[in-house]
Amino acid sequence: MVGLVIVSHSASLARGIKELASQMAPKVPMAAVGGTSDGRLGTDANLIKQAIEQLAHCNGVLVLMDLGSAVLSTETALEYMPLEIEDKVQLADGPVVEGAVAAAVESSLGKPLAAVKAAAEAAAALKKL
Amino acid sequence: MGLTVSELTDMIQAVGKVIEDNKAFLTELDSAIGDADHGINMAKGFHAVKEKLPTLADADAGTVLKTVGMTLVSTVGGASGPLYGTAFLRAGMKIGNKEELLAVDLDLGLVAALEGIKQRGRAEPGDKTIVDALQPAVMALKESLNAGKTATEALGAAVTAAEDGVEYTKGIIARKGRASYLGERSLGHQDPGATSTYLMLRTMQEFLARRT
Ligand SMILES: Nc1ncnc2c1ncn2[C@@H]1O[C@H](COP(=O)(O)OP(=O)(O)OP(=O)(O)O)[C@@H](O)[C@H]1O
Ligand SMILES: [Mg+2]
Repeated sequence: MVGLVIVSHSASLARGIKELASQMAPKVPMAAVGGTSDGRLGTDANLIKQAIEQLAHCNGVLVLMDLGSAVLSTETALEYMPLEIEDKVQLADGPVVEGAVAAAVESSLGKPLAAVKAAAEAAAALKKL
Repeated sequence: MGLTVSELTDMIQAVGKVIEDNKAFLTELDSAIGDADHGINMAKGFHAVKEKLPTLADADAGTVLKTVGMTLVSTVGGASGPLYGTAFLRAGMKIGNKEELLAVDLDLGLVAALEGIKQRGRAEPGDKTIVDALQPAVMALKESLNAGKTATEALGAAVTAAEDGVEYTKGIIARKGRASYLGERSLGHQDPGATSTYLMLRTMQEFLARRT
């Protein structure tokens, strides 16, 4: 299965999104990373790198991010990752909550990384009303 | 200019001190058009740098710069972390294992820093970011060096250009970063990141001026 990494400025938000997505796909490997190592709201490339590496055994890793530096820190983390891991990682350009739920379901069906990423990104167009 | 590694380290410490002294000011600027943490973020990062630098007494210039970059990337917390972190890393990679820096290295390092920031943040001039201070500064530095000025003089021209760049950010709408969520309400406020770039360049210039 494709593993999911949720990156948020807030550790509790990252954990909450993971919890929500896991409810529909309990077997999908997921890591939540949020906040700085000293407990502020923010992002830390090092913590993101560690979270991705934790899931390096998966059949690909999709990273879902909230705003601003979450993206910049994730891209920075990738730059310092061994190439064999970096090659397995994709970033999702979609909403982090709906995208994580959609990606989790897709991954639980055994779909490849490209399909899981597409599902996360398609969540941007889902209408609620 | 002939800047030794030990002087480079002192220069970075001087930058850290100015960031610490301007922590409240930078945070205040960020409270107007962002999430009120730019000064706090930068001070956290440079505090970690201050602790790290003494362990690098025997390192070459490139290693010092790269280590500063790695430290900022993992301690700042906001967008300025990966941005300035990438800037220092790219400057360090470009400069490499030198024991002494010349004016040409200052030029190469700052160009690499600017390119790193633009690549990482996907920002262009006019987006109301660090780039609006750094790009004109890098251009002014290059022009002055080409005209035969000393490193200190050229950095002086860069500081003036960065200061004008900060002023320019007051009149434009943010298209990158937190401030972009504010749309037109970002008008009339100077960009915090452009301001920290100006402060860093000014500190570097003052450091060079003191030793010549
Ligand atoms: N994409 C970008 N490219 C260049 N500079 C940027 C970009 N995004 C933000 N900045 C700069 O970063 C400054 C804000 O830095 P700060 O440390 O406050 O990060 P932040 O915006 O709070 O980060 P976060 O994205 O985590 O909310 C802005 O004033 C701007 O100059
Ligand atoms: Mg901020």
